[in-house]
Amino acid sequence: MPLLLCMAEPSLLTAVRQGLERLGQAAAAKIWRLGFAARFFVAILLNSGTALRRFRLIIREIYFAGVQSLVIILVSGLFVGMVLGLQGYDTLQRYGSSEALGVLVALSLVRELGPVIAGLLFASRAGSAITAEIGLMKATEQIAAMEMMAVDPIARVVAPRFWAGVISMPLLAALFSAMGIFGGYLVGVQLIGVDEGSFWSQMQSSVDVREDILNGVIKSLVFGVAVSWIAVFEGYDAPPTAEGVSGATTRTVVTSSLAILALDFVLTALMFTGGNGK
Amino acid sequence: MKRSTIDIWVGVFVAIGFGGLLFLALKVGNLASFSTAEAYQLQAKFANIGGLKVRAAIKSAGVVVGRVSNVTFDNESYEAIVTFNVDAQYKFPRDTSAKILTSGLLGEQYVGLEAGGDGVMLKQGDRLRLTQSAVVLENLISQFLFNKAAEGKDTKDGK
Repeated sequence: MPLLLCMAEPSLLTAVRQGLERLGQAAAAKIWRLGFAARFFVAILLNSGTALRRFRLIIREIYFAGVQSLVIILVSGLFVGMVLGLQGYDTLQRYGSSEALGVLVALSLVRELGPVIAGLLFASRAGSAITAEIGLMKATEQIAAMEMMAVDPIARVVAPRFWAGVISMPLLAALFSAMGIFGGYLVGVQLIGVDEGSFWSQMQSSVDVREDILNGVIKSLVFGVAVSWIAVFEGYDAPPTAEGVSGATTRTVVTSSLAILALDFVLTALMFTGGNGK
Repeated sequence: MKRSTIDIWVGVFVAIGFGGLLFLALKVGNLASFSTAEAYQLQAKFANIGGLKVRAAIKSAGVVVGRVSNVTFDNESYEAIVTFNVDAQYKFPRDTSAKILTSGLLGEQYVGLEAGGDGVMLKQGDRLRLTQSAVVLENLISQFLFNKAAEGKDTKDGK
């Protein structure tokens, strides 16, 4: 009977077979890429000795990844905080508890918005630049030239950029949160006229250094690792053509944004619902 | 770009980054009021703790003197055991009483300590003997209703 079926519908069977083959190929390629990314990560860690010893390399990259992202981080933080101040006041004053505005602004920034938005901005501002730079270095055969000169491109090019991202990200997230709280203060206290004393004192009594601030810093550190890893990997893996580099840059922004949001959910679930559920 | 210019900018970036962290820890968080000083542990049994949570404040005369560190259930007396740390700089007499109070009408609950007159001070691991449970709103309302009902019956009987 199967033989008969084969004979009867050869075109349908080959179509199904080809479809399955393509699906299998795509899945295998994805898994291969994931494994390559993981091995690349291990290679970065193993080869970061040079970069950490020659710290000047990392400092140079912190300048490009961190310092040049400062303006966008500070301005967005200020505006996010001001919007939180306006919206939070509008809701809180219906319940007659507008003094809790400081708590609302500080907790939402320190726990969630600070690390997440700073991470998204960092991915699109610095991550894309790193990918494009490494991708172009590969396309113009600078990386091959380094290998010819017995300079390890992972130690010399990739690791400094990775560590610069990991170092910059928590600082940028902290600045984003601080600026946001300042924005909330400007709108809440200076513009609307919430009592200044209760704004700060209620904030201080409900924001915990370990539970809230340290967890926010840990989050931003994790996002920094994820974004930097994705950025250097996409750049190193980019096809050495103009189209390949542009595609890799886009993938960096899309993948790291999704990674940040997914990781944020996982980290929030671990940090804020596990321990203190009593 | 010259090397020293890059160094200066990175230095500025790292400095204000840590400045931001410090601002979060000191001005926004409670690190300033968070004392790392020595503390001693006390326990108290309550028939009902209401909504008291771990890390709730321990107050005496309105001043925060410590924090709740643990809440457990005692399976022998069917009561709640509240363990809390009191800052070592505050000493309380042995006959101090503990009450579970609420800050404001809908605020969070805390433990209020009222100092007694005994000459011997409490030390690490001691248990407070005099406690007063949290006020549970439902119990209060039902008590009030029973009282009202009883009053109504009394006046009817009187007629």
